[in-house]
Amino acid sequence: MITKRIIPCLDVRDGRVVKGVNFEGLHDVSSPVSLAKYYSDNGADELVFYDITASSDGRKLFTDILCETAKSVFIPLTVGGGINTVADFDRVLKCGADKVSVNSGAIRNPDLIAEAAKLYGDQCVVLSVDIKRVDGVFRVFAKGGRENTGMEAIEWIKRCVGNGAGEVVVNSIDTDGVKQGFDLPMLKAVCDAVSVPVIASGGAGKIEDFITLFQTLPHVDAGLAASIFHFGEVSIHDLKQHMATAKIPTRL
Amino acid sequence: MVAIVDYGVGNLFSLKSSLAAIGADVVVTADKALLETADRIILPGVGAFGDAAQKLRESGLDRVLKTVAANGTPLLGICLGMQLLFEKSYEYGEHEGLGLIPGSVKPIADVLPSNDYKIPHIGWNPLIFKQENDLFRYIQNGDCVYFVHSYYATDCEESTVATAEYGAELTAAVARGNVYGCQFHPEKSGTVGLNILRAFIEPKENVSC
Repeated sequence: MITKRIIPCLDVRDGRVVKGVNFEGLHDVSSPVSLAKYYSDNGADELVFYDITASSDGRKLFTDILCETAKSVFIPLTVGGGINTVADFDRVLKCGADKVSVNSGAIRNPDLIAEAAKLYGDQCVVLSVDIKRVDGVFRVFAKGGRENTGMEAIEWIKRCVGNGAGEVVVNSIDTDGVKQGFDLPMLKAVCDAVSVPVIASGGAGKIEDFITLFQTLPHVDAGLAASIFHFGEVSIHDLKQHMATAKIPTRL
Repeated sequence: MVAIVDYGVGNLFSLKSSLAAIGADVVVTADKALLETADRIILPGVGAFGDAAQKLRESGLDRVLKTVAANGTPLLGICLGMQLLFEKSYEYGEHEGLGLIPGSVKPIADVLPSNDYKIPHIGWNPLIFKQENDLFRYIQNGDCVYFVHSYYATDCEESTVATAEYGAELTAAVARGNVYGCQFHPEKSGTVGLNILRAFIEPKENVSC
């Protein structure tokens, strides 16, 4: 039986890990290479590196850090942030990424997912969507959650999966940083709409939030979080022990 | 020296890094002479079977692989590289493989009992061992490894070393003499995966130690 994945997300800017609350107010946490190694040694099933660098200097720093990480960490690595072209896919895949996550890049260029899936396979292309309720409707937000695109989220996800996105990361802006649990209604709506793996993101504050997630929505494949892992509020080891006790398929 | 066959299929960064991390003397090459003198050979692969098989044939690497396998050089196929060891695949048509292990490759969708199982089969899944094999001497039943695939090897019961449960029992590892195959990615399977690669690169005379 396939196990539920626990995925720490490392936001990287200028070669350092940062994490914001509601996408704002970033503060420094640690070195990406040592943090990645630590997580890999302590039970993380996969790592997401999210590049929030704007400058090309920072971009170079990021790919150097990615290469260094991929030389010492042997679990799947997903890279996102600043992925706008097939050349961006190529750049991070050459540095050891296994999957590439696209968000605003797919909104700007609707052909990006199809082109990348054709070149590298569906399994390599991860759609990441920032979603927020506006007047009761799930809307896709761009630019790190700052801009309402006006697109309805479920339709957008279905279209991207149809184009070849092999996994979907659902980031709920409504629950992100609040630490009161994942956005179960939003995740259910996505699970009901697509048949590719769905990764829950935004809202985890404690171990029970992951247990509730996987027990309530068995079709969710993975839980992603950042600050609660980085600041030691939840240890992945403890989390996975609790998941196993709750009879959730878990890699120990 | 461990040679990774470079035939223009997939990303070899992680495989090379993982072998380097366990102290292997590793080269990535398409050089036939180098492959013929290698102590061990790894056939990687990601993508479509038909394209990959064609690339092996066009480059003549298929003949080299068959020769070295017949001469007893340990050969390990990973993911699509494992599937290429079989006689044929039914991925988008019908394609001939290397024929080093009897059996064929078919869509996972054919054996899944319901739509509850997503394709590709992606993620960490425990190994269920069917027979002992020296490649897995450091691994225990139930250890998890990382899979990403939409096709699986079948009609290969005799050579099946381990399976993984995903609605059906999918072939996870195979062996036939000096030819080995892993459907999963040992280079992405943490310590468990590194220990499989370690067993593959260790000289045989050390096995009993």
